[in-house]
Amino acid sequence: MPRLLRRERLVPNIHLLEVEAPEIARRAQPGQFVIVMPDARGERVPLTIADWDRDRGTVTSVVMAVGTTTRKLTLLKAGDTLPIFAGPLGRPSEIGRVGTVLCAGGCFGLAAIYPLARAFKAAGNRVLVLADVKADYLLYWRDKLEAVADAFIVSSRDGLYGGTDYVPRHVRDILARETVDRVVAVGCTYLMSSIAEATRPAGIKTVVSLNPIMVDGTGMCGACRVTVDGQTRFACVDGPDFDAHKVDWAELYARRKSYFDDEIRSLCAWEEERFP
Amino acid sequence: MSDQDKLSPSLAAAVLAEFEKGWRKELRRSIPPKERLAIDRRPMPQRAAAARNRDFDEVNLGLRPGEAMAEARRCLDCAKPGCIAGCPVGIDIPTFVKLVEKGQFAAAAAKIREANSLPAVCGRVCPQESQCEERCNLRKASGVAVAVGNLERFVSDEERRNGGAVLPPRPAPTGRKVAVIGAGPAGLTVAGELARSGHAVTIFEALHDAGGVLVYGIPEFRLPKAILVAEVAYLQRLGVEFRLNFIVGRTATIDDLRAEGYEAFFIGSGAGLPNFMKVPGENLVGVYSANEYLTRVNLMRAYDFPRYDTPVFPGRRAAVIGGGNVAMDSVRTAKRLGAEQALIIYRRSRAEMPARVEEVHHAEEEGIEFHFLTAPTRYIGDACGRVRAMECLRMELGEPDASGRRRPVPVPGSEFTTEVDLVVVAIGQSPNPLILQTTPGLKVGKWGTIDVDWATMATSIPGVYAGGDIVRGGATVILAMGDARTAAAAIDARLRQGPAAGE
Repeated sequence: MPRLLRRERLVPNIHLLEVEAPEIARRAQPGQFVIVMPDARGERVPLTIADWDRDRGTVTSVVMAVGTTTRKLTLLKAGDTLPIFAGPLGRPSEIGRVGTVLCAGGCFGLAAIYPLARAFKAAGNRVLVLADVKADYLLYWRDKLEAVADAFIVSSRDGLYGGTDYVPRHVRDILARETVDRVVAVGCTYLMSSIAEATRPAGIKTVVSLNPIMVDGTGMCGACRVTVDGQTRFACVDGPDFDAHKVDWAELYARRKSYFDDEIRSLCAWEEERFP
Repeated sequence: MSDQDKLSPSLAAAVLAEFEKGWRKELRRSIPPKERLAIDRRPMPQRAAAARNRDFDEVNLGLRPGEAMAEARRCLDCAKPGCIAGCPVGIDIPTFVKLVEKGQFAAAAAKIREANSLPAVCGRVCPQESQCEERCNLRKASGVAVAVGNLERFVSDEERRNGGAVLPPRPAPTGRKVAVIGAGPAGLTVAGELARSGHAVTIFEALHDAGGVLVYGIPEFRLPKAILVAEVAYLQRLGVEFRLNFIVGRTATIDDLRAEGYEAFFIGSGAGLPNFMKVPGENLVGVYSANEYLTRVNLMRAYDFPRYDTPVFPGRRAAVIGGGNVAMDSVRTAKRLGAEQALIIYRRSRAEMPARVEEVHHAEEEGIEFHFLTAPTRYIGDACGRVRAMECLRMELGEPDASGRRRPVPVPGSEFTTEVDLVVVAIGQSPNPLILQTTPGLKVGKWGTIDVDWATMATSIPGVYAGGDIVRGGATVILAMGDARTAAAAIDARLRQGPAAGE
């Protein structure tokens, strides 16, 4: 079973997991994900691959502790094994030389955006990184992201980085300042849908990495279906990247909330068992 | 006899040799056919419908030894049996049945295992009524076939209760590596056959449990997981290696595996891509594919939520769209999860339903409502995007279509709306495209199935074979196993004699 080599709390509630998975490390591409199950009674969840080391055979993901599964993951210790760490899944992101690319990420997406920014930079693009955090102390991987970015912009709700602002306004400011040829966004549905609206008027190609609920992650179940351009697509095998301007966001919001009550029940049951 | 009723010369010779053995002649003479004809078929003991539709324990309890022997006595041991030709894997049915009649259950199990590596599975899920039992001469004479399926199940359960199948003598290792993709019925069969021939077999499985549709699709109440666990353990004892959570096409491609020394491949990746009707509202919350619904409940054990973390909607008024075995499994699952009403919505009539007769019968006993000649046209949601109702159309049967079944034709103006809070779409699956997308040179047919030479199950790539739903597009466990046996023989020949001429 895949072994956890390192778990590190990056900032409150957000943790890095580095897992020994040589086969996945060998083939991982930007934009792909793994399916993870924390223990034998756990749920299968997708996590975006945030980094890999082909020589050491390791894969890194970043998770935010929210529900039962992510809390279980963030309590693991180095040396623990994961019953499932399978991948790399999904189609790799389309990387090419397009000019100026704005990479926007929030929460776990800050890490998920890193391999994309790195690949776009390596492909010869001017890369702008926009990091969305709720407060200054929730910013992580600044060094890593700055190392692959031509410009690094922080949007923080507490104003410590210059203004009580939110991401769409930053996007509009950037678009007003300079020509952007491509926007890629990874994070919560709110972040991605609001960026989609910010870039829609100018018609700038905007790619988002969708995050619907998944079960198998290999196209078998259809839990992750999303409507894009009027067509039903499976995010796990047809995506996870899609054209942000063609996504049916209302449907995605509703489907992501499918098990809202059950998630609370699950968490309560687990907390009672774990912390009696 | 039509061509398809003819056994291969080697099988026919083996069957005849058994038929002419002294003990068989004696046994045949011991009871006159008239007396055999007078014995009634033993019913399968089963749990009461009102109790079983609340839990996931197995419905059928299995024959007891005395009942099995009495059932076996009904078999006339015909000189020209029809049953064997009706079996996709060619089990010597009369021989195993007569061994049951003599009480030699272990020998009967060994006889079945010569042709079928998953007897406890097939004894439970095969559509016997359209295969072996359909061709039974006793059925032709008296109307009621020998209960071959129930006997197969009895024999294999008896074997498992007594410590499991006896390992065959260890073959000399050939040193040749075979990769089997998918641990479903086809993959498990290929692996067993090739391991018995001395090849080093590795099964690569995308999910975290082996079994494919047997573990994610077929519910516990029809096929307990313990049976599969025992079969997988047997394969491991035969030397088969399992690599779970390994997605061929993503974790490694067939070319990568070839570079690691695998010389032959069998693709048994199944029909893991659910079909939808593409009607409005199908993506509302509460509308599932049967694959998702059953995977949540079976593989992820949502029936034991929140002890297990994966949830599933219980549903109060649940509608399952479709008339096959998967639809029956889904609707009976919905009932067990607490649905007050669990409905089958099927666009043709009862006669055209592809489900096994026993499953339909069990479903009716358990209080499932059947709505025939009805098809959904759209789903209606509430403000939260959750399904609340569906609009249906009445159908009538027209001319037969390509499948030979009468085509359902909508009755104009017959729309009506009915309240539902859970919908499971069980209208079939397509082949999973993951391997096809990542294996250049693999020839694919128009339904996304892999093209094969049916005599050997060889694909367009030398050394790569395929079978089961990935070539058939959605069939049965036993047909997949039949493909697997054909492929295993061809792979073994290839590894021993080298590639076929012309490659």
